[in-house]
Amino acid sequence: MHDKKTPIGALLNGLVFENPTFVLMLGMCPTLAITTVASNGVGMGLATTFVLVCSNLFISLLRNVIPEKVRIPSFIVIIASFVTMLEMLMKAYLPDLSASLGMYIPLIVVNCIILARAEAFAFKNPVLPSVMDGLGMGLGFTIAITLLAAIRELFGSGTVFGLQVMPEAFEPIGILTLPAGGFITLGILLIVVNAVRAGIEKLIRKRKEALA
Amino acid sequence: MNTYLVILIGSLLVNNYVMNQFLGICPFLGVSKKFDTALGMGMAVTFVMTLSSFITWIVQHVLLIPLGLEYMQTIAFILVIAVLVQVVEMALKKLSFSLYQALGVYLPLITTNCAVLGCAISNATEGYNLLQATLSGCCAALGFTLAILLLSCIRERLELAPMPQWMKGFPGALITAGLMAVSFMGFSGLI
Repeated sequence: MHDKKTPIGALLNGLVFENPTFVLMLGMCPTLAITTVASNGVGMGLATTFVLVCSNLFISLLRNVIPEKVRIPSFIVIIASFVTMLEMLMKAYLPDLSASLGMYIPLIVVNCIILARAEAFAFKNPVLPSVMDGLGMGLGFTIAITLLAAIRELFGSGTVFGLQVMPEAFEPIGILTLPAGGFITLGILLIVVNAVRAGIEKLIRKRKEALA
Repeated sequence: MNTYLVILIGSLLVNNYVMNQFLGICPFLGVSKKFDTALGMGMAVTFVMTLSSFITWIVQHVLLIPLGLEYMQTIAFILVIAVLVQVVEMALKKLSFSLYQALGVYLPLITTNCAVLGCAISNATEGYNLLQATLSGCCAALGFTLAILLLSCIRERLELAPMPQWMKGFPGALITAGLMAVSFMGFSGLI
């Protein structure tokens, strides 16, 4: 129903059809670890998007030069270089965000989304679709973790992006901001996403049957 | 002596990498369907993580700090880990084929296990000495093994449980892990 090879198709693929968090279940560590407040979710998502787009771009450019056998170490070096750049930039220009994400910035290197896209997409496709694939996957990841973070922040501390949303009388559910809450919230969110997806697929099938 | 005990209990139970710091979640959820595979993964991670804590400490203190290259930490550490995983795989293949068959499939996956890199980075920021760093790597890996073994046992049971269709698979595993994390919170008073 959609073509992954075209730039637009590649973008949509990451955003919706193969959303890294909800469908591929990749990059779970940052997804759970830093999603206690929504602003962290946006920061982490955009940081990962930056690395993903840059590494997809370079790997796609170099795909005819890198020998098949040493491709994984080469990918890792390319990814690690961009992560190091990002780390320095964030320390200089966004010190607050950099402090609150802490160790999870260097750990973007081992985020499996990036290596998976390098291996599965950028190494086999031309530059433009690869960049769009990186952008789509990165934004899909950003949307998913921001959603998760917003839910945890809303019920765990009564705010969203630091703004008070819940009424005064609301008693925050403290456990949601703790590690245990991360697992449980993501589990429940997945159930909801799966239910919505199943519903939409059913609707499309009915539409097709009615047309036929 | 006291610090060693704190590191031991701290990284094994209180600050368990999986349950408390969200490191190594991908293999934790990915290869915990069966007890045997979980055991294999746990052993492979323990092996690599202990060695890598040892070697990254040496790299950090012999190469990076004297040369003023601390900003190269991420690249240096991930390369050490990638090379180490490759070497361990080749060595196991030659030395002990039965062990290679048991761990072989899991070894390549370890390069992208964030617990290994996370442990190396946190050893460097904590300022441990060589022995402390190696101990913390080993205990953190054993903590990972403990968590993945527990989850795999529960998931083997859940296979037979009459769960609603929408809970099966990942959502069920995540909620199980959440409940495990709640019980691990009980250790927080130990240190």
